[in-house]
Amino acid sequence: MSKEKIQLSEALEDIMPSEYQEMVATATFGNEDRSWKDIGSSKELIEQHSLCAGCPESIAFRYILSSIPAPEDTVFVGSTGCTSLVFPMVGVQNIHSLFGNQNAVASGLKRALKVRFPDVNKDVIVLAGDGATVDIGLDMTMQSWFRQENFTTICFDNELYANTGGQESGLMQKGFVSKMAPMGKKFEKVRLPEIAFEAGCHYVACLTVSKPNRVEKAIRNAVYVAREFGPTYVQLYTPCILEIGKQSMEGLDEMKDAEAIGGRFVMKEFMTDEVKEFLKEKDAEQKARKKAAKAAVSA
Amino acid sequence: MEQYVVKPGPEAFLPPAAASMGIVLPDPGEAHYEGRIIDEEDAYEQIARKLLGAKVPTIFPGPLVLWKWNEKAGKKAEAIRELANALPARLIPMADYRPKYPKIDPEVEINPNHPNLTIWHNKIDACIFVGVHCHQANLALKIIRGGTDCFTIALCAQAGHEDACASFRDINVEKIKKLTETVKRLKSEGVESQALPFTQIKMTRAGRVA
Repeated sequence: MSKEKIQLSEALEDIMPSEYQEMVATATFGNEDRSWKDIGSSKELIEQHSLCAGCPESIAFRYILSSIPAPEDTVFVGSTGCTSLVFPMVGVQNIHSLFGNQNAVASGLKRALKVRFPDVNKDVIVLAGDGATVDIGLDMTMQSWFRQENFTTICFDNELYANTGGQESGLMQKGFVSKMAPMGKKFEKVRLPEIAFEAGCHYVACLTVSKPNRVEKAIRNAVYVAREFGPTYVQLYTPCILEIGKQSMEGLDEMKDAEAIGGRFVMKEFMTDEVKEFLKEKDAEQKARKKAAKAAVSA
Repeated sequence: MEQYVVKPGPEAFLPPAAASMGIVLPDPGEAHYEGRIIDEEDAYEQIARKLLGAKVPTIFPGPLVLWKWNEKAGKKAEAIRELANALPARLIPMADYRPKYPKIDPEVEINPNHPNLTIWHNKIDACIFVGVHCHQANLALKIIRGGTDCFTIALCAQAGHEDACASFRDINVEKIKKLTETVKRLKSEGVESQALPFTQIKMTRAGRVA
């Protein structure tokens, strides 16, 4: 399956709005080595978004969409929050689930897709905020890990309930004062990456979205490992600039500060030894593919 | 209770669902016209006459025919183009169902979330929905009946639409062609198209060219 799936009917092609004709011509569907470098030239990677100006989540969204290896065979499962505002703008299948239920919905979906399409890798990716993943939906999140469901969970960690005005979340840092948590957070940020690994995730990464290469690698690793081994988890720091009192231009600096030595989001990865070996092989395969492609172009 | 008639609006901000007013879907071999069940053979002529009598007849093809999911979809698209040429009728696509931000261009597309904008802008008085998924068609048909005076026709591949003013069921390439033939026959018998002169829209990757 590839770009052949998104062909227009010839008889009506010339009445289709330009953006659809453009998407058919330039979409990266079918190219396993698509990357964040395709952002800006591919319609399916969110041409416009409905988030606040300068929102790091919009950057994260673009990096994720450009990193997934097979968008035409991927279904996202989202939850209520800022993420749900973007999905209508995305050329990838997605389901909006009830708040907190996303990992339960994804479990059923992944199993159904396995039965319906036994010969195709159908990737299911949960994409939800920290409230849905760690607070209200923690039961569903962890149970899916215990059950070793073959899908990736991505958490957009903005350390509070941004969409509803800044309530305290489990992933908020200790002592942080927000609009709806004026007394300051009383306990430590939940260490979900560590918990995820202990709970059975085969690959876990925690990072900011300041560096596209890193995000791309983490997302691809997570998807590949989920196909072969079991659950994977990626936690991305996507600060809500409005709720932490920053300007539109300051999101990137905030992420860089958070990932500096001693910061809350110094990049960390956990994986089993088998996964380490598997990812090495995947890297070698990708390098070989790229080399072959380069050779074909120069020939 | 009096028989409810599914007439063009504007009926109300929130028109009642026709099904809740006692309108039932046609059985195979039947169609419905303003909520009355009629024989499918009669429906071809009644619908063709309605389209020929309209000033701005318009076809709204949806994703099921705009995109070539399979060979059948491509053939349906061809049949729709033939029907548009025979009438003549404008073709305005319902390319997908997302709410369009920041705004829709009502001259070249229609959206199920605010179809009235396209109807109002182009002064459309009779339209055909074809290749639109059931729930989105129901949504659009109700909004149109609520806020506009457009006569809606559904060429439905499933069981038909109560909320359309007229509806075929089990539509396929042959049935679309038969509707086209009926239009041609009526024209040859002297029924003139009342359509105002227009130029069919033409889009390219770079933008609108006609």
